[in-house]
Parts: sequence; structure tokens; C-alpha cells
Amino acid sequence: MKPPPFDYFAAHDLEEALEPLAEGGGDALVLAGGQTLLPLLAYRLAAPTLLVDINGVAALQGISRVGDGVRIGAMTRQATILRDPIIAAQTPGLAMAARFVGHTQTRARGTLGGSLSFAEPAAEFPATALALGARMEVRSRDGARTLEADEFFLGPYTTAMAPDEIMTSVTFPDWGPDARVVVHEVARRSGDFALVGLVMASRVEAGKVVRTAISWFGMGPTPLRSLQAEQAMTGQAVSDLDFAALAELAVADTDPPDDIQASAHYRRTVARRIFPRLARQTLEAVG
Amino acid sequence: MSEHAIEVILNGRPVRARVESRRTLGDFLRRDAGQTGTHLACEHGVCGACTVIVDGEAVRSCLMLAVQADGRKVTTVEGLEASDGSLHRVQQAMQDAYALQCGYCTPGVVMTLAAALEANPKPTEPDLMEALSGHLCRCTGYQGMMKVAKRLAGGGE
Repeated sequence: MKPPPFDYFAAHDLEEALEPLAEGGGDALVLAGGQTLLPLLAYRLAAPTLLVDINGVAALQGISRVGDGVRIGAMTRQATILRDPIIAAQTPGLAMAARFVGHTQTRARGTLGGSLSFAEPAAEFPATALALGARMEVRSRDGARTLEADEFFLGPYTTAMAPDEIMTSVTFPDWGPDARVVVHEVARRSGDFALVGLVMASRVEAGKVVRTAISWFGMGPTPLRSLQAEQAMTGQAVSDLDFAALAELAVADTDPPDDIQASAHYRRTVARRIFPRLARQTLEAVG
Repeated sequence: MSEHAIEVILNGRPVRARVESRRTLGDFLRRDAGQTGTHLACEHGVCGACTVIVDGEAVRSCLMLAVQADGRKVTTVEGLEASDGSLHRVQQAMQDAYALQCGYCTPGVVMTLAAALEANPKPTEPDLMEALSGHLCRCTGYQGMMKVAKRLAGGGE
């Protein structure tokens, strides 16, 4: 379990980091928190010629309020997300998701941008970004572009980012002060990737659902929205909702894996059970 | 493969070394610094045995490169006891509760609890249990560790 040989370069600013990625032709990899990349190196599933360490790049840090939400530097540690007061006030769903990410010892180094860029299908942050409509800002030597969450996750461990791009920040838009977001997952051990996970965000006005987003993790090759169930709920009175029927509709939009961790049947069964509970938590307490 | 000259403040004393870029912090501690109190087990971030404290935070030393520890303060289990040789209160609580069996996972567990107490001198029992969830003990000696969490909660000895 020793990493293969590679060169290492600690970048001091973004330009210094982007240059070798542009020249590296995909053989250079970015080292963010390293909590996934180092295991991949230990297993020799990754064999980069160069690691570009971006831990010293100040431009990738920082959490601030922006026009329509909160902008979070891509190198923000998962531990910081758990305790940051701006995140707690503006986008508490993200902090709720962070509780399920790894352990104290990995959250001290693991980052938001690293987790989103890795795009593990059973991870918490990608599904949270998808539900809340996060925008990822990425940069290469040629310039910056912004990617919406619903066009970002293309497959397992595959995103719309090019190999020469670095994620610089993530913006979580405001859902309004009365919005409620709940994140829950079922895993065998604390800190494991989810067998089934669900992020649900809702806004209710005068007893009616005005907006909702449902995003599953561990239930397909990417985090998955349940658009049919969202449509069926939007505009309806909370008191008229049939949560069991909605759960059926929501689960119909998933494509869970059948693997050594759990069967697809088990995952669907768990998903049907947790959906009504989360739906009630986001909808009934506000109304 | 690049090599790098690093200086790590290890248990209060500067240690200089020249390391390959692929050297993990855990291997640096054991092989270059000769401090074998840090135990490496799974070497891919799952078990927690190799946990050390870097700049006040418990981290897995198999998931950090030695070159990344350049200029940082690293505390290992060798650095916990007081200058008069008395045990750190986590070590004492572990001994009192018989919270170790084969001892392989123990240094990591001790470092996690020490970091938790450093961050918050009066943690709750659930805080400490949450921190302990990042450790595997293949003797399954968890009951003793849970007793330690109970004793250390609220700042008790």
C-alpha cells in the first residue's frame, strides 16, 4: 500500500497551479484534501506523473455572502463547513450533509471542491449541490466558466470538468428564510458511503408547496433528481399529499446499483421508507 | 520522482529530512524520524490507527504526504506525556479503563481523543463517540474506549 512514484509541486497561486495542468496532458493531477486521492494512489488506481498541491492557494479559501447566496472557496475543509456561522445561517443543508462525510480525522483535510470533483455517486455533497442548485466555478489557463449542478455530474467519478481545470468556488443559492433542507442517509457504519441517501429541500407558503427538490445519492451512477415527484408536489396543499404514493414516484426515478454492499431491491425498499419521513420534516413543520 | 527537503516540528523539536514526494507522513514518522509509536495498518484511510495531530487537528498520517507537513507542528503519541514522565490524561484514562487489547489501534485512538480535548476541554460523550467512530479496533475492544469517552466527557479525568 505505497503510492507509485510521482513529482510533486506545491502551487502558491492559481496561475502556478493551472500551468502544469495545461502542460500535463491529463497526467498531472490536483491534490486538494487528498482524502480520496491518497487511497487511490495507495491502491495504485491512479498513476499521475505530477501532483499539483493546491493547499497553499489562498484564492481557493473563504466563505462569503454574495448577491443570491453564499460563495464557498473550493478548498474549504469539510470540518470548516460543519462549524462556519455563514453556512449555518445561509445554507444549513450543506452543514447537515457534512456530518455524514467521512470522519473527524478526514474532514480536517477533505474539501468541498475535492468531494464534488471526485463525484462519488454515493457521496453527500454532490447530491446536496444538485438539490440546492449549486453553481461550480472552474478555471483553466484559458479562463473561467460556471457549471450548474444539473449539468456537472455525468457518471460515476465523471464530471463536466476538463483535466486542466480546477474548481475555484461553489455558490449555493438562497432558498429563502423559510426553506427547509433535510439530509439523511442509511449506511452500515458511521462515515461509510451511503447505501441510500436523500437530500430534500422545500419551501411552503400558506400551506402549499411552492418549491421542492429531491436528490438521491447511492441510488444511481450519479446523484439523481426525482423530477416526477417534485412536479407532483409543487403547487399542492401539504395536507393533500399522499406521501406513500409520492415515495413510489420518487423511487421510480432512481437506478440503484446491485452490489456487494446491498441489493437494488434493498436500496429501493429503504428509499421508500425514508422518503415520507424526510418529506414530512421539510413540509409539515413550516406550512 | 521529485525529492524535497522538509523540516517538521515533531513533538516540539525540529526534524529535517529529505523525502521522496510519495513518502506519506506516517512513513516519514516511522522510517525517517524513527518514531514508531505511530502505527500504520490499512494505509488507505479506513482504520484510523495512524492518526496524529497536525497543527492541532487529528488527521490520518497515511492520507497526508510528508512534504505537506513541511513547516507544520506534528504531535505523535511519543509527544503526549509530560516532561516528568506522567501520562497524558487520555493515556491515563485508557490505562484505568483497560481500554486496549493488542495495542495496535491504540496510539491513533489516543491522538484522536487528545485532539478532541485540545479543541474542546469539556466535550460531551457523544462528541467523543463521534470522534472515536473514525477508528477500527480489530480486537473489537470498543467497550473500554466507550468507558474512556464517558470518563473524559465534561472535562473529567
